[in-house]
Amino acid sequence: MSPESRKFSKVDAIIRNHDSKPSHLVAILQEIQAEYRYLPEEVLTYVATALGIPAATVYGVSTFYTQFSMNPKGKYIIKVCNGTACHVKGSEKIKYLVQKELGLNDKKNTTDDLQFTLETVSCIGACGLAPAVMVNDNEVHGQMTPEAMEIVLKDIKSRKDTTEAAAAGKEN
Amino acid sequence: MGSYRAHALVCGGAGCISAGCKAVQAALVNELKRQGIENEIRVVETGCIGSCDLGPIIVIYPEGVFYQRVKPEDVPEIVAEHLLKGRVVERLLCRDPETNELIRTYGEMKFFNRQVRRALRNVGVISPESIEEYIGRDGYKALGKALSSMKREEVIDYVKRSGLRGRGGAGFPTGIKWELAAKSPGDQKYILCNADEGDPGAFMDRSILEGDPHSIIEAMAIAGYAIGSNQGYVYVRAEYPLAVERLGNAIKDARAHGMLGKNIFNSGFDFDLDIRVGAGAFVCGEETALIASIEGKRGEPRPRPPFPAAAGLWGKPTNNNNVETFANIPPIILNGPEEFAKVGAEKSKGTKVFALAGNVVNTGLVEVPMGTTLREVIFELGGGIPNGRKFKAAQIGGPSGACLTEEHFDLPLEYDALTKAGAMMGSGGLIVMDDTKCMVDVARFFLDFTCDESCGKCPPCRIGTKRMLEILERITNGEGREEDIDNLYELASIIKASALCGLGQTSPNPVLSTIKHFRNEYLAHIRDKQCPAGVCRSLMNYVIIPEMCKGCGICAKHCPSNAISGEIKKPYVIDPAECIRCGACMEKCPFKAIRRG
Repeated sequence: MSPESRKFSKVDAIIRNHDSKPSHLVAILQEIQAEYRYLPEEVLTYVATALGIPAATVYGVSTFYTQFSMNPKGKYIIKVCNGTACHVKGSEKIKYLVQKELGLNDKKNTTDDLQFTLETVSCIGACGLAPAVMVNDNEVHGQMTPEAMEIVLKDIKSRKDTTEAAAAGKEN
Repeated sequence: MGSYRAHALVCGGAGCISAGCKAVQAALVNELKRQGIENEIRVVETGCIGSCDLGPIIVIYPEGVFYQRVKPEDVPEIVAEHLLKGRVVERLLCRDPETNELIRTYGEMKFFNRQVRRALRNVGVISPESIEEYIGRDGYKALGKALSSMKREEVIDYVKRSGLRGRGGAGFPTGIKWELAAKSPGDQKYILCNADEGDPGAFMDRSILEGDPHSIIEAMAIAGYAIGSNQGYVYVRAEYPLAVERLGNAIKDARAHGMLGKNIFNSGFDFDLDIRVGAGAFVCGEETALIASIEGKRGEPRPRPPFPAAAGLWGKPTNNNNVETFANIPPIILNGPEEFAKVGAEKSKGTKVFALAGNVVNTGLVEVPMGTTLREVIFELGGGIPNGRKFKAAQIGGPSGACLTEEHFDLPLEYDALTKAGAMMGSGGLIVMDDTKCMVDVARFFLDFTCDESCGKCPPCRIGTKRMLEILERITNGEGREEDIDNLYELASIIKASALCGLGQTSPNPVLSTIKHFRNEYLAHIRDKQCPAGVCRSLMNYVIIPEMCKGCGICAKHCPSNAISGEIKKPYVIDPAECIRCGACMEKCPFKAIRRG
C-alpha cells in the first residue's frame, strides 16, 4: 500500500466511526489532527467529498477553531498559559525563555525538526497555580519560573533522545 | 465494600497532579501494603480539594487532618506515625499565617471553614471514578424522587421557587428557562450543558466535571424529565482532557447502573447523554454559537429570538445551562427549594463558586453564600495580598467583567449589586492584583483576548474591538493621544449597543471600568509617557548602575534576549536595542544594581 492511500484509509476509518455524519465534522477533524498532528489540505477535500458537503464548509470549520492547524505541529506542544492569572503573574517571561531556548519567535512557533511547537493559550483552568504551562494534553506544570521551565525543556529533550535512541536501536 | 478504619483522600485535581500527587498516591498504596494495613485504610483519589497552591494534599479521615505539600518520601512517616500510631505528623501541617499556630484539620482552615459547599459538595470528598461513592452521598436520589413522586411541573416549580439563577454569567432564572423549554411545542427536545469554560481565570466548571461528574449527569436527567427531553449533550472545551475522560467514564457507569438509558428507575422515562468536545473557540460559550458548534458548524452566534427554548439544536426546543447551575439542581429537588433559598442574598439565592487567583495568598476555588463581601473573600478566605504588597484591584467576570477597587470592599458579591457597581458576576473568576500591576495593560490584555476570540460575524465586534485594541496598544507603547480616552468611550458605547452577542456587547467592560477607576493611570501613560506600575515595556528602560555592579554575570545568564554583555568582575551593560524589558535581570541581581527607569 502506498503511503498516500494508507493516509486515506485511516481517514476513512475515522469517518466510518462517525457514520459519515456531517454534524460530526468537528470531532472527525479532531481525530484526524490527533493522527497527523495537523490537517493536511488534501485530507480536507477528501473529508468534504466523503461527507458530501462543500470543501468550503470543511475549510471554514477547520480555520475557525484555534485547535486546528493547517501546518504540521511539533511532537511536543508547549502551551504557555496567558490567562488573566498567569498574565499578572508573569507568563510572558516563560514564553521568552521557551522562545530563546528553542530558537523560536512570535512568527515562527515550530522548530524545524518538528519536535516542538510553542503556543500561548488563553486559560487552561489552572489559575491557582499561575503561571502554568501545559505540555501536550497530559502534563501540567504549575507555579513556573524561567528556571523551572528550563528544567522542563531539558527533561523533554532527554525524553526525545531516549525514544529516538530506542527507535534507532530497533532499526539496527 | 469492606469497612475501613480510616480514609486517606489524595487530591487528584489538575493542580495537585502537576505538583506530583500521582507519585504520592503510589507511594501511599505501596507503604500501606508494606505495613500490611491496606485492608484497614482506604485510599481515595478525589477531585480538586480547592487549595491548589498547597498540593499535593492528603486529607485523612475520620479526623480530617490536612497534610500539605506531601512528597513521596514523606509517606512512610505518615503511615508509621499517623495511621499506625495515631500521632499527627506536625511538620506537614499548615500554619495559620497570622498566629503561626499549627492547623490540624481541614475544618480549622479559614479557607475552608468560611465556605458553604453546595455545588462543590462532593468535589474533593469522593472519588469521581466511583458511582457507588456518589450514590453513598445521596447521589441519584433526587432523580429517583423526581421520577417516582413528582410531576414535571412540580420539578420546574421547585427550581423556580428556589430562586436559582444561571451561574454562567448572566444570571437568568433557571426555573423560568426550564418552563419556557417545557412549554415550547415539539416532539424532540434537547438538554445542553455548557462546559465551554473559556473565561480566563475561571475553573470551577472544570473542577466539578473532574471531581463530581455524576452530579451533572443526574441534574441533566432531571432537566430532561422536566422539559420532556430524552437526549442531552455536554459541550466541554478541548483544553480540559481530564474532565472529558472522567465525565465519559461516569456516563458509562451511569448507563451500566440504569441511571441513563431506557426506562430509568422503571418510570418509563428515557434519557441519554453524549459529550461534544470543543475545538478552542471562546465564543462557543455563547449558547447559539455552542449549538452551531454541536451541529458541526463554525461556532458563530446568531441573533435571538428565536431563543433556543423555541428553536435551538437542529431547530428543536433546547434548554442550555452551565455546569455550576446543574450542580445545584439535585439538592434543590432532594431538600426542597426553601432549604436552597435559606442562604444567599435577596434576589440571588444560594452560593457562588469563585475562582480566586492572582496576587492573593490562598489561591483556589471558594464557594460562599451569595452576598459575601469582596473583603471577606479576598482577606478572610484568600488570606490577603502576599509579599507585603498593597491591594490594587480585583478583576471579576473575565473579559466581560470589570475591576473592583478598595471602594468596593464591602460590596456584596451577588448579581444585582455587581451590576449596579458596573461589574458583573460572570462565571466567577476573581483575579486579585497588587500595586505592581498596570491597569492599562490589564485592559489591553482583555481587549487582545476578545479581539482574538471575536468570531468575525458582526462588524461592531470584529472591527470595533480591533480599533479599541489599537488605541490601547498605542497608549501602552507611549504613543497615546489626548483624545484617546474619548475615542475609547465612543467606540465602547457603539459596540455595547450594536454587537450581535454577549461576547461583543460586554467586551468594552474591562476598558470602561479601568478608565473609570484608574483614569490617572491612563493619563500618566498618555501625557507623561510613563507607566506608574512599571509594567508597560515600551515606557521603561533597565539600566545597570556601574558603581553597584560587581560583575558577577548572573544578569547576563538570565537575560532571555542576550542583551547583557560584559566581563566578569567588571560592570556589565544592557543594550537597550536588544532588551525586551522583561525584568528578569533586575529580579536576579543579588546586588540590586539594576534599576528600572
